Amino acid sequence: MKKKITIALAGNPNAGKTSLFNQLTGARAHVGNYPGVTVQKKEGLLQHDGWEIHVVDLPGTYSLTAYSLEELVARNFILEERPDVVVDVVDATNLDRNLYLALQFMEIGVPLVIASNMMDMAESMGLKIDLEKLKTLLEVEVVPTVARQGKGLDRLLDSVVRVAEENREWRPKNIRYGPDLDIKIREISSLLMESRFPTDKYPARWLAVKCLEGDQEVLKLVGGDEAVGRKINAAVEDLTRHLRVTLDDEPEGIIADQRYGFIASVTKQAVTTEGDFRRTISDKIDLVLLNRLLGPIILLAVLYAIYHLIFWVSGAPVAWFEAFFKCLGGAVNSIMPEGFLRSLVVSGLIDGVGGVIGFVPLIAFMFFAIAVLEDSGYLARIAFIMDRILRTFGLHGNSVLALMIGGGIAGGCAVPGIMAARTLRDPKERLATILVTPLMNCGAKLPVYAVLIAAFFARHEGRMLFLLTLISWGLALLAARILRWTVLRGEHSPFVMELPPYRLPTFKGLLIHSWERVWEYIKKAGTIILAISVVIWVLMTFPALPEDLAQGFQNQRRQAEQVFLAGPGGKILPHTGALNEFNEYYQLFQTKKVKRTGEDFQRDYYALARAVWALAQGVPLDPELEVDSAPAQGYLYYRRRIQEIGVEEAGLALRRSFGGRLGLLLEKITRPLGFDWRTNIALVGGFAAKEVVISTLGTAYSLSATEEEASKSLAEKLASQPDWNPLVAFTLILFVMVYSPCAATLVVIVREAGWGWGVFAMFYTTISAYLLCLAAAQVGKALGLGL
Amino acid sequence: MTIISIRHMASGEKGTIVKVRAHGEMNRRLRDMGLVSGTEIFIQGRAPLNDPVNIKVRGNNLTLRNNEADFIEVEVER
Repeated sequence: MKKKITIALAGNPNAGKTSLFNQLTGARAHVGNYPGVTVQKKEGLLQHDGWEIHVVDLPGTYSLTAYSLEELVARNFILEERPDVVVDVVDATNLDRNLYLALQFMEIGVPLVIASNMMDMAESMGLKIDLEKLKTLLEVEVVPTVARQGKGLDRLLDSVVRVAEENREWRPKNIRYGPDLDIKIREISSLLMESRFPTDKYPARWLAVKCLEGDQEVLKLVGGDEAVGRKINAAVEDLTRHLRVTLDDEPEGIIADQRYGFIASVTKQAVTTEGDFRRTISDKIDLVLLNRLLGPIILLAVLYAIYHLIFWVSGAPVAWFEAFFKCLGGAVNSIMPEGFLRSLVVSGLIDGVGGVIGFVPLIAFMFFAIAVLEDSGYLARIAFIMDRILRTFGLHGNSVLALMIGGGIAGGCAVPGIMAARTLRDPKERLATILVTPLMNCGAKLPVYAVLIAAFFARHEGRMLFLLTLISWGLALLAARILRWTVLRGEHSPFVMELPPYRLPTFKGLLIHSWERVWEYIKKAGTIILAISVVIWVLMTFPALPEDLAQGFQNQRRQAEQVFLAGPGGKILPHTGALNEFNEYYQLFQTKKVKRTGEDFQRDYYALARAVWALAQGVPLDPELEVDSAPAQGYLYYRRRIQEIGVEEAGLALRRSFGGRLGLLLEKITRPLGFDWRTNIALVGGFAAKEVVISTLGTAYSLSATEEEASKSLAEKLASQPDWNPLVAFTLILFVMVYSPCAATLVVIVREAGWGWGVFAMFYTTISAYLLCLAAAQVGKALGLGL
Repeated sequence: MTIISIRHMASGEKGTIVKVRAHGEMNRRLRDMGLVSGTEIFIQGRAPLNDPVNIKVRGNNLTLRNNEADFIEVEVER
């Protein structure tokens, strides 16, 4: 029979709690939300020594007040769910502040084990911690760990199991807060115990201290019983007045001071440091990286380097993926019989999804780079350097993370980006960040840019992408500023932030960190985009061409045949059947799949095929063959006619499909921007997922393309279109950059901020995109850039 | 010994916190991070635009905006 317990992992942010959680549960974590709130809940299961341990990762907190959602969630979990043990992950290099939280667990009385983490860093900083002393003074188990390296885990779990086995009652620790407060605390405690308050669940003394701290949640709780509530409020006010006069301070302040006082007395006995304020290695590095002048320059250099490195490293994998999908498309094309199904699979699915999956290597490397920045500690420096600037636009230094994940450097995804905005405490700053993150150049927009740049700005690829990155940041900051002046007016939230020491990230940590985000992206691609590609294909294929029109094209084809058979070619291929045979033969000839054989019948075909090929390539005819150029010319002409008819037919079919009609309808408003109906369909598809823009354009131009053209890339096709030019391409790029967040992003915005903001996000971006592009197009035309 | 706000401390200067004059959330935030009376601090440096400031407290680095640091009165040797 396995013994089961539930433990909660708590601790300051940056104390290594996440590392510990990952080490304990590996890849077997289950991620969800705490009920009713947008706070992430991670749980996992592990076996130790015959015990089954259910691990719940509480949000990282500095305290257990009611001021922040995370702290309330952590506190409520402990009081309501009553885990068997709480493991407080404490940063040994920062003992005083970390023990502030531990003390609060001790005041609640929940069985506690302290994991004194980062012992290796403490040692390198010259800190000597007497763990036994600590244990005695705090009356709590203390275990040394180095979570990143997986050290101390067994000992930790042994302690946890030992404490759980004791199965004792919760024994709150009573801290002395000084004569004035202690009296009041006793007074309020008795009031609560008399009033038959559930003091077994909520320790009376703890509640009393919280009342004096002005904890809103607790005050609400005790206010349930009116009589008691009134008496408690009176007691609190009485004390507050008294303290203001005598000590010029508030109960909350004194309580905090006393807690720190207690902690200091403990650490003074248990910890010895070498020297005062030693400049650590981190500090020395910061002298350079946070230098007034060098700091920003190095930052720009780092970002630029990441940018180039990502593109360089992912270039090969992306090319492989592209080649793979092209191959797949070709293979399916030749295996499947012609018809709707083949069209669906090739034009709809393979072209559509292939383009997206092809970019996964780029996205993966980008997320990896961001994980390196985060785990090494440099990201906090970026926030530090950028805070002043971001603040000018109504954002916060920490907004930089969300914006970077969303594609701030180049490539990313707004979905994990917006979720990263949870670290922002102020609701208005958080909303502003969420609303402008979709303006970043995410991985979906990159394929669009890539094709358009390849088609019209071929020699300036690097520079263009850099320019686009700058533009997107500029627009995002501008949008944030305007939003914060209008719909999101308000004060700034406190910036007080830790600057963690620099660390060498572990490869395992980096992989776990980035994999979470990459997986979100792949899931999104596999599901939403696949579905959308099918829908778009349907919209562009149905309704099919009506009988009479289709017949008309068939007639044209027959006519072309007749012309050929009547000409010199008709002597070698005397009837339709022979012509069709030759068509197949030539197909094989082109892909070099035929060999010379002895049969006359084959020889005629070979000779003609060779002649046609030579003519098409501009190569001189082989005089040994008995075919002169006239029949070959006739055949080439015939083929060209067939192609023209095909393009016309497919083009007409597309125009008449649902998608085409919608696109044509929208042309009325998109003409001034330079967008035609095909682009319109693509943009409509883009509402669902930005990747679809390029795949839809591809489908639109491939469905209506000839056989020869089909082998050209979309970029080449666009470059040869008469109504496309650099200005149109640039305007399209701008539009795609700014307009509505994709469906997946909208879903996340709604989840994090509500329906109202989701709808707002969709409209403000699309309208802004339209106006911006209108202006750009008009200015461009006026400057004569259109041609 | 004079009492000044952090904003007026120089890079490399150290001092002891005398009083934290903040209320509500700001107060709590500062206290959570260990900025209470009696704490020794050391100015590590400032961001390129002079804001925020990087302070060493109990062996660790904290960053504060100047308008937040204004709430903290520090005794320095001057």
